[in-house]
Amino acid sequence: MGLFNRRKTVFVDSDILVIGGGMSGCGATYESRYWGRDLKIVCVEKANIERSGAVAQGLYAINCYMGMQWNENQPEDHVRYARNDLMGLVREDLGYDIARHVDSTVHKFEEWGLPMMRDPKTGRYQREGKWQIMIHGESYKPIVAEAARKAATEVYNRIMVTHLLMDKTKANRVAGAVGFNVRNGNFYVFRAKAVIVCAGGASHIFKPRAVGEGMGRTWYAPWSSASAYALPILAGAKMTQMENRIVLTRFKDGYGPVGAYFLHLKTYTQNAYGEDYEPKWYESLKAIVGDYVDRHPVPTCLRNHALLEEVKAGRGPIRMVTKEAFQDPHKETVGWENFLGMTIGQAVVWASQNIDPKHVNPELTTSEPYVMGSHATCSGAWASGPSDYAPAEYQWGYNRMMTVAGLFGAGDTIGGTAHKFSSGSFTEGRIAGKAAVNYVNDLGREQPQVSETEYEDLRKLVFQPLETYEVGRNEIVAGTVSPSYILPIHGLQRLEKIMDEYVGGISAHYTTNEPLLTRGLELLGMLKEDLAFLGAEDLHQLQRAWELHHRVLASEAVTHHTMFRTETRWPGYYYRADHAKLDDANWHCFTLSRYDLQSGKWEMEKAPVYHIID
Amino acid sequence: MPTFVYMTRCDGCGHCVDICPSDIMHIDTTYRRAYNIEPNMCWECYSCVKACPQNAIDARGYADFAPLGHSVRALREEAKGTISWKIKFRDGREKNFVSPIRTTPWGSIKSPAEYAAPNSEAFKAQELAHEPEALKIERLPALTPGKLKQGLI
Repeated sequence: MGLFNRRKTVFVDSDILVIGGGMSGCGATYESRYWGRDLKIVCVEKANIERSGAVAQGLYAINCYMGMQWNENQPEDHVRYARNDLMGLVREDLGYDIARHVDSTVHKFEEWGLPMMRDPKTGRYQREGKWQIMIHGESYKPIVAEAARKAATEVYNRIMVTHLLMDKTKANRVAGAVGFNVRNGNFYVFRAKAVIVCAGGASHIFKPRAVGEGMGRTWYAPWSSASAYALPILAGAKMTQMENRIVLTRFKDGYGPVGAYFLHLKTYTQNAYGEDYEPKWYESLKAIVGDYVDRHPVPTCLRNHALLEEVKAGRGPIRMVTKEAFQDPHKETVGWENFLGMTIGQAVVWASQNIDPKHVNPELTTSEPYVMGSHATCSGAWASGPSDYAPAEYQWGYNRMMTVAGLFGAGDTIGGTAHKFSSGSFTEGRIAGKAAVNYVNDLGREQPQVSETEYEDLRKLVFQPLETYEVGRNEIVAGTVSPSYILPIHGLQRLEKIMDEYVGGISAHYTTNEPLLTRGLELLGMLKEDLAFLGAEDLHQLQRAWELHHRVLASEAVTHHTMFRTETRWPGYYYRADHAKLDDANWHCFTLSRYDLQSGKWEMEKAPVYHIID
Repeated sequence: MPTFVYMTRCDGCGHCVDICPSDIMHIDTTYRRAYNIEPNMCWECYSCVKACPQNAIDARGYADFAPLGHSVRALREEAKGTISWKIKFRDGREKNFVSPIRTTPWGSIKSPAEYAAPNSEAFKAQELAHEPEALKIERLPALTPGKLKQGLI
């Protein structure tokens, strides 16, 4: 109990508070300083920004680069590509905005010291595919973090932000955030004029394929704990496309990436009997999605569909044919360094199982679903678009401001903008950073104020799991079974089981329907009630407890959105068996939700999709 | 492969504790050395392995799918600007790779505040920091209002 007694409340005032120091958070911090020379800019991160977020491990490619200087692609082309991949539904205004700025971000990365590969013939960046360029990105995150540290007034590492604070003088306006230091247990009250949420998307909301020691080897980082969604949801911000979870086709067990293999090494897939299986499923796909099946490149979800069906038909495992490509020593090196640069675990799996892709064609599998906003999917908050061209319905204030005044977002947090990846997330952070500076400058003297009652109530709530454990622990002899509390891992495994079985996870073949979703919501409701009885043995477990809170709330959003959209828009990501076809007549639109904290109710609505015509 | 720490090499410096993105490298209170407190929340990102000055941290593939006998070792040398890898298969085969990690000195990035301050018109324009120069094209591309329309495409 000594820790309790020494716990302090620390107040940190800032003009702009950036929550999360991953790619988008570093971009937001950097840009905020460029425009806000005299502003106090604070970045708060639950780990250490040197190695935090989805790029902690490194990356071997930058997947969003136009190459406008060489006339390789234009922003419109990227919008069309992302729209096509997401079956017609992306925020084209936001996507264009990222695409038009992203090249300047990448050029700064190179100037800062990120080693770029170059095509020896042309001298241009080495293309992996139409949008991807290859890098030696082991230190991608430390380099970007250095830029952010230079820009920030202060960086607070090891603080888990649990809630946003609302302004007591004006409704629907943000005033800061609270959290706790996972090292010393101090409570932090961040008072800010503008807040930019740059937190991570959601791994571990659906049961992973590996449930033993290997449960941490998820495709998306296990520390991506849905704070990107829970923080805005709790503040009453509207969310969009939360049903649009993503399923990844990856190398088995390690979830090593396949992009460089398909695009650069020109490897290809086949079933257990050496057959090309994708054409076999053309008609079944056409029955679901109609003409979308003929689009090029084939949308990511539809390629998953063929693999899933082939496996269900009993012709697995699906393999990547690497033996031919890997005879070329250069390609073999690229193939291995690709993993070592961003998914070391896949190299370990192959080394442990004696899989040398020069001699063995490795197995592929489909992952459990993830909810995030920066890959081939676009869940997140509903944000205002750029002022120079966004349609009126997409514009209510500053660029990347959510439906809560002063609350901005970037990266996984912002919905509707698929395929931004690392460079686009940093770029979106920059866009939000500049907009937040303008917001703060325009505020004048009319500044938000936090309510002491609100943060004191949150302080009790945040530390409750420590007390629950401390008291309940004395009731039992030893062990993990208590009638008075559940541990964070217990709650996490229950969440993963509910989502897996009722909301379209691996064991349900990614399939759900209204009765399953209804039952899933009932069980999620009970889990939510049980979260009041979470027990945390120490500060590390307290972090896990709040990560679980965030994951559960995001999962509830996912389930409501999945229920609302009565069609199957992305076969291969998930199937509504009771509405088994894509339905453009009724669902060529975005789904929006808003959570009411007081009643616990979710309101759903539709929002129109605007396209760059052609 | 969750990480583990060799007892005889670790001196308890805490670099791994400081860097771990998952907050799972902690100091054991009895031995005063680091260990992985939650192997099933380890992403095998190797941040701790790379950060360890004593090379005391290694990884053993996840027990639920990785047979024993392998190793993947990393040596990250900031001064040289390289990372070296040694992969050893269960059957003894080895592969070695070396990659650059950075092309500029550590700490050399300029703060955005070191650049000339933007003028007042620039705040309401669409250009971000260092644009249009950093785009390496003449001007920032833009759409015209009304270019975005509803309907199926």
